[in-house]
Amino acid sequence: MNDLHQLTISQAHQLLKERKISAVELTKASLAHLAKVENKVRACIHICEDIALDQAKEADKAIGGGKIKPLAGIPALIKDVICTRGIKTTCSSKILENFVPPYDATVTEKLKATNAIILGKTNMDEFAMGSSTENSAFFSTRNPWDLDRVPGGSSGGSAVAVAADEAIYALGSDTGGSIRQPAGFCSVVGLKPTYGRVSRYGLVAFASSLDQIGPITKDVADCALVLNVIAGHDPQDSTSSPNPVPDYTKSLKADIKNLRIGIPKEYFVEGMQPEVRDSIEAAIKKLQELGAKVDREVSLPLTKYALAVYYIIAPSEASANLARYDGVKYGFSYRDTTNMWEAMEKTKQFGFGAEVKRRIMLGTYALSAGYYDAYYLKAQKVRTLIIREFKDAFKKYDVLVTPTSPTVPFKLGEKLDDPIQMYLSDVCTLPINIAGLPAISIPAGFAGGLPIGLQIIGKPFDEETMLHIAFAYEQATDWHKRKPPI
Amino acid sequence: MKLSRKEVQHIALLARLGLSEAEIEKFRIQLSDILENFEILKQLDTTDVPPTAQSIALQNVLRPDEAKSSYPIQDILANAPRREGNSFKVRAVLE
Repeated sequence: MNDLHQLTISQAHQLLKERKISAVELTKASLAHLAKVENKVRACIHICEDIALDQAKEADKAIGGGKIKPLAGIPALIKDVICTRGIKTTCSSKILENFVPPYDATVTEKLKATNAIILGKTNMDEFAMGSSTENSAFFSTRNPWDLDRVPGGSSGGSAVAVAADEAIYALGSDTGGSIRQPAGFCSVVGLKPTYGRVSRYGLVAFASSLDQIGPITKDVADCALVLNVIAGHDPQDSTSSPNPVPDYTKSLKADIKNLRIGIPKEYFVEGMQPEVRDSIEAAIKKLQELGAKVDREVSLPLTKYALAVYYIIAPSEASANLARYDGVKYGFSYRDTTNMWEAMEKTKQFGFGAEVKRRIMLGTYALSAGYYDAYYLKAQKVRTLIIREFKDAFKKYDVLVTPTSPTVPFKLGEKLDDPIQMYLSDVCTLPINIAGLPAISIPAGFAGGLPIGLQIIGKPFDEETMLHIAFAYEQATDWHKRKPPI
Repeated sequence: MKLSRKEVQHIALLARLGLSEAEIEKFRIQLSDILENFEILKQLDTTDVPPTAQSIALQNVLRPDEAKSSYPIQDILANAPRREGNSFKVRAVLE
């Protein structure tokens, strides 16, 4: 059987269940294809073949024993910001270049408990700070739809891994759009759960009130399957929700008649490319054809303040979270001094990249005496206003729909000189993290061969309605079946 | 609002972040530009608006005070840049 690497989770699960393929065969097929395309896209920081094959053998035993769980025997890649015991976890940073976690993240444990196969770790923007994966301290990842263009970020490696069939699915993390934007840029499905839906234990922290781990998959059904496994309360994460986890696959229905969809005007920003606008308009039309009640006259006037709110809160939290990288207990440690402070300062000077430094500085400033009220406290108050605005909107609508990004994937190097330009590529995704809402990006078309994503935003802990509408749209279109030309 | 060199050095000191001369100037300009974009928040009246620290309304998540096993010492020391016996070796804190 050829092309096993092109299977979805659902398809692979069926074949494994019927014993038509083994987990070892499937894993070998993914690894072989990965080896073939990896030098073109460079999605991976680390590939652990031996561990994966051992896991595959275990999976085959478990499957042979009779009961097979949905993700058993199916290869995945994990963003290198998520701890994997015994496997290097670098956050694409020099400061953690040789760091081997002594523990698994909760999501890693959950995958292992279900006999998932972990092929390795994917490239990212350093410490999840970025929108193009160009901020990796090691190398850039390339978009398989056009190798001169970025895959998006910060989960660029994970999105590419799925788009290029290097793994059947991947895990990413999202603080300001880092799952959704690269998913949109790579024509795959990327879901950021409600804040608190998935445990952050073992997720290297960037902004603790915004971070979430989520699935990146080839289709919406696969996304529901992965979310089923990774969601749930974790006593080791005091911000994880005690809400019970539904079976998200029950939301995969094609009928969306009379569901109320709001299209907030403010997300059709000034810099939006006409081709992106056209695709999104066509998608909205499709949703109307499918029977949903679409309202275009929705306004969320606070949207334009979200960028400032995010770029105060996230760097502030980051400045606290990254203070731990002082070269004392782990990570890169500057040697050439006997002075404690100099050691810490130079460890960070030589260990961190420019974007990380920039954000630490921003955050430190916003939290410092004399500026805390004007910046951090003010941002937190505006955050309350933004949350209220979304809450009001959700009284009238079941979901909100917007473009995932105002542009198609841009060229490598294009936005590196201007940090603010780079920040603007997340205007459509940032507000969602501020409010802690769930959101998904699904393929919605192409412009000149470059992917365009549609974002569906749900109410807190209503991933179900979001998945329902995403599934209905996907089943009425063909975008998710297209493969990149590599 | 333009940051001064001194302010940039002060921030770097608070963050214990070493910066080269070139970096101090580069960040001085970039941070000043970014901070200008934050002025927009002044347009909003936030009197009597409570701040939100995080969007999920959990409070005081506690667990019973029970002793549990921790990680093996060797695992924790495995990434230590400098160690001596079962300790992390650090530079003098007090001179």
